Amino acid sequence: MKADGIGARVTRKEDHRFLTGNGQYTDDIILPRQTYAAFVRSPHAHATINGINSAAAAAMPGVVAIFTGKDIEESKIGGLPCGWGITSKDGTPAIEPAHPILCIGKARYVGDHVAVVIAETAEQARAAADVMDVDYGILPAVVSTGTAAASKTAVHDQAPNNVCYTWGHGDEAGVKAAFEKAHHISTLDLINQRLAPNAMEPRAANAVYDRSSESYTLYVANQNPHVERLLMCAFVLGIPEHKMRVVAPDVGGGFGSKIFVYAEETVLVWASKRVNRPIKWTADRTEAFLSDAHGRDHVTKAQLAMDKDGKFLGFRVDTTAAMGAYLSTFSTAVPTILYGTLLAGQYTTPSIYVEVTAVFTNTAPVDAYRGAGRPEATYVVERMVEVAARDMKLDPAEIRRRNFIRTFPYATPVGLTYDVGDYDATLDSAIKMADVAGFAARRAASEARGMKRGLGYSSYIEACGLAPSNVAGALGARAGLFESGEVRVHPTGKVEVFTGSHSHGQGHETTFAQVVADKLGIPIEDVSISHGDTGKVLFGMGTYGSRSLAVGGSAIVKAVDKVIAKGKKIAAHLLEASDTDIEFVNGEFIVKGTDKKVPFASVSLTAYVPHNYPLDKLEPGLNENAFYDPTNFTYPAGTHICEVEVDPQTGKVEICAFTAVDDFGNIINPMIVEGQVHGGVAQGLGQALLEDCIYDPESGQLLTASYMDYAMPRADDFPNFKVGNNVTACTHNPLGVKGCGEAGAIGSPPAFINAVTDAIGVKHIDMPATPERVWRAMQSAAHA
Amino acid sequence: MSVNITMKVNGKSVTAAVEASTTLVEFIREHLRLTGTHVGCNTSQCGACTVHVNGRAVKSCNMLVAQAQGADVMTIEGLAAANGDMHPMQAAFKEHHGLQCGFCTPGMVMSACELKGKVTNPSDQEIRACLDGNICRCTGYQNIVTSVKAGLAAMS
Amino acid sequence: MNAFELHQPKDLASAATLAGGGGDLRFLAGGQSILASMKLGLASPDAMIDLSLIPDMKAITVAGGVVKIGAMAKHADVAANADVKKAIPALADLAGGIGDRQVRNMGTIGGSLANSDPAACYPAAALGLGAMIHTNKRNIAADSFFLGLYETALDAGEIITAVSFPVPEKAAYVKFKNSASRFALVGVFVSKGAQGVRVAVTGAASCAFRATALETALANSWTAAACNAVKMSADNLNGDLHASAEYRAHLIPVIAGRAAAAAK
Repeated sequence: MKADGIGARVTRKEDHRFLTGNGQYTDDIILPRQTYAAFVRSPHAHATINGINSAAAAAMPGVVAIFTGKDIEESKIGGLPCGWGITSKDGTPAIEPAHPILCIGKARYVGDHVAVVIAETAEQARAAADVMDVDYGILPAVVSTGTAAASKTAVHDQAPNNVCYTWGHGDEAGVKAAFEKAHHISTLDLINQRLAPNAMEPRAANAVYDRSSESYTLYVANQNPHVERLLMCAFVLGIPEHKMRVVAPDVGGGFGSKIFVYAEETVLVWASKRVNRPIKWTADRTEAFLSDAHGRDHVTKAQLAMDKDGKFLGFRVDTTAAMGAYLSTFSTAVPTILYGTLLAGQYTTPSIYVEVTAVFTNTAPVDAYRGAGRPEATYVVERMVEVAARDMKLDPAEIRRRNFIRTFPYATPVGLTYDVGDYDATLDSAIKMADVAGFAARRAASEARGMKRGLGYSSYIEACGLAPSNVAGALGARAGLFESGEVRVHPTGKVEVFTGSHSHGQGHETTFAQVVADKLGIPIEDVSISHGDTGKVLFGMGTYGSRSLAVGGSAIVKAVDKVIAKGKKIAAHLLEASDTDIEFVNGEFIVKGTDKKVPFASVSLTAYVPHNYPLDKLEPGLNENAFYDPTNFTYPAGTHICEVEVDPQTGKVEICAFTAVDDFGNIINPMIVEGQVHGGVAQGLGQALLEDCIYDPESGQLLTASYMDYAMPRADDFPNFKVGNNVTACTHNPLGVKGCGEAGAIGSPPAFINAVTDAIGVKHIDMPATPERVWRAMQSAAHA
Repeated sequence: MSVNITMKVNGKSVTAAVEASTTLVEFIREHLRLTGTHVGCNTSQCGACTVHVNGRAVKSCNMLVAQAQGADVMTIEGLAAANGDMHPMQAAFKEHHGLQCGFCTPGMVMSACELKGKVTNPSDQEIRACLDGNICRCTGYQNIVTSVKAGLAAMS
Repeated sequence: MNAFELHQPKDLASAATLAGGGGDLRFLAGGQSILASMKLGLASPDAMIDLSLIPDMKAITVAGGVVKIGAMAKHADVAANADVKKAIPALADLAGGIGDRQVRNMGTIGGSLANSDPAACYPAAALGLGAMIHTNKRNIAADSFFLGLYETALDAGEIITAVSFPVPEKAAYVKFKNSASRFALVGVFVSKGAQGVRVAVTGAASCAFRATALETALANSWTAAACNAVKMSADNLNGDLHASAEYRAHLIPVIAGRAAAAAK
């Protein structure tokens, strides 16, 4: 193995700047003649806007401009688009209400954007926003996901029962037949609670219009600058794409929340031409809680039919999923395409049917959050399997083994074809690593101390590396899902790589450089990775769905292959051999079977100083780009095992041990992969143990709008996690990789809840397993 | 009301007249343009704004610059050697992958450095307890704990 | 944060004079609560009086069976003070568990007591040890100091200068944390000493209070079991997002029992 190549634990190239305070995040940028924006946000969950009097605010010191929904209406620009069309089971399209960038006539959630105030300083903008006089007519609010469809109030007139769509997927009749012949049917009702993403860098944007070039530049904390540009230009503002540059510089975490096109940055771009000055906005943490797209928020009923041996026969899932007040960019796809298609899990269940009712509520929009649909699916499947095991009096590992898929490729009844996997191997490995054999003794020791101990499994699968564009298109996607890569070889053999993937913590500058250095046989120091700027990068679909390496990395490999292919032609000329006789080994072009060779840097120099060069057949230069569109999703899978101890007097749960054995296919940088697993597991356990985004059910006020009330996981909430790997290489991408960013958040919540319910002897407890909730569950069990 | 501020920041004397309501982090980021110190919550919970004032780790979003009058302030920019060589704690974070997106990192590193001399041979769980004032959303904290342990060992 | 006048007096008398000046005045001790409230618009004083430059407000002394802590002593300094650790380890432990490490480097005991946050730790120690709160005007017994939500017996402009804690035979503080804010969801301070058995509870009601039923139980039998046998009423306890009043009522004897078992 090359010391800095594929498979090596290379420390990160990006770290020096982050560790020395030299990172450049959006809020760090101050442009000449900078102004600052503050948004006037609705204090009500649902209200008519009867009038806005800006006079007092306009007279405040430093105020440059004020815009309201009326200005937006008059300028006839579009609303924020939804990027995925879903069709209801009756054939009708999902209802897609207009999503104006400043409220027109009505505000639909607490934090909805009513107006923007632009001033010389951020303080002045905020002070003026505070005195804006808005006449609201308060309306009843639709808040609870489970009852939204029965509400007498409509969030949008065109959806009188608040239903956006009712999507059905799978074989309903087949499931019904399976239930009729079942030996036993296990049932489970659960809530997958709403979460706030909480990237540590709050969203921020800085927009500027340049009159001389008649073009815009937007700096924005975003995961996919080209998608941001495409959607904002084509669907909202009608700006030609070549007249807008979007730069996502260093971005302090995303977790999905920075995929989407938001009102704030769109308003800034629109207003920047009007005020003819740069405008900057940085969310404060409470604004982030109010206006970042939230995650999850499902209410689900599940039923699993089994034969007498615990073989799964049929699985039915009915879910109500909150969309919030408007459809965020990929909101519609999350509880459908990214959820329903995952309900086979790792199992051979022959018939599956899922029905999803998406509802509008007077809450912040809900969209993709680390895992996006797949944690929700895994939670349903892996909790259901646990309940089934207990109903059938089977060991939870055993019931999983009885149902594992073992032949590949495997076409599930919910539309996916798994290419490869070895679920027994990951389960066995996790059992060993977690010392399940010693659990009984540990449980006895806990009991001797008056504590309750439990152990829980989760054998998850996810569909990552989003995905073939044509398949996504057939499923309703309004965007492609390929990635681009460009490899620019400089005359001296130094290499600059441009990728459409965006790094906001994932370490692409290192992982991608390892791949390129390995393939080209050059030191990693000779490779730099550029991303996050539409002015530099060809095109990009960005980073989400654990797709960067599987899709973005594959595009880079394709471009590298083109570089090598051209290099061979140049080398053949230099070495006076035939193209087909040249091989590229460890950074040298060699005439097969001879000692005639020329190093990479000589070939690149020749390409740019083409004195001795086949100019009649070959263009000079050594710069190649490639687009890669996958032929399938990738299917990372694994088994997570959680061990907890519950204090029966207080209900407090302590995570004693957590083991994750994952199959991510081939691994480029084990250090980075482990870090991704740690972070994902912490986020999943954060959901399971601590986090809950709570709206007042009547008023629709967000009750958890700061870190005083929203429980963020801290270091002392966790033990060290044990992380292991079992590799089956992906069969359809050049690196054999699957993706690792979301697995931790997908696998861990059910493992945790399975452990807690095992410890306290109850069928189910909803997340988060707060002390009071656990204590109450134990009280109820004791009195049952 | 304007107040006159004199202090040392990363060893250099700084004098300025600022509004009394200016917080230390506003002064560092906006007046001094040292943007390595970050604001993650501005309400004293996340710790991304942690700097040292007279050697003690504090949340610079939660104190007035006037409270640091005459003080010796150190930010993340002051930690590495003049030639760019990283401080042992910074080096440990790199070596053990104690950071991902980098946003909480300056505060985390400044907080960790203050532990020198306050804890000896800390266990992982003790280090976790000592990080009670810093939130990280990326790493799951595990590699931060490893980094802090190694960094403290290298500092002693 | 709105603009304000900042005064930085160099002695107590000047601070008192400034405090008599009228208007919406607030003292600035460590600032760990007030500045956050000001940023959220919950407080908007016209003027602030920074007490940090006044000498002799930070001293920590142990003498004659009394631990005396200057009002401007920081939590971290109390937690690390060898004399306090020896005399009343429970007090040092409590100080070392307030907020987080950075907050403990700024927050002060005077600020904490004057603020009377319903979930703060120091009020439990003051009540649980029967402390005397010294001000620039008088001495106020802890028992008559905490009046309600953010409400104390301090007059407008009155400045806490120090707090005296009698050294008990044994004491302990156990905090059951709110997992979001890390304040006390329920915190209980127990002590046995010259003032008898004292049990003070924080986090559970509008301000810290003494739980007399638990005091009686522990006076009869200093055991966790004695505490667990006490049934607390949920009436007048806080019920919020983080815990119902009923759960808090359940927790108080449990946490008191743990404190009793840990007391030294």
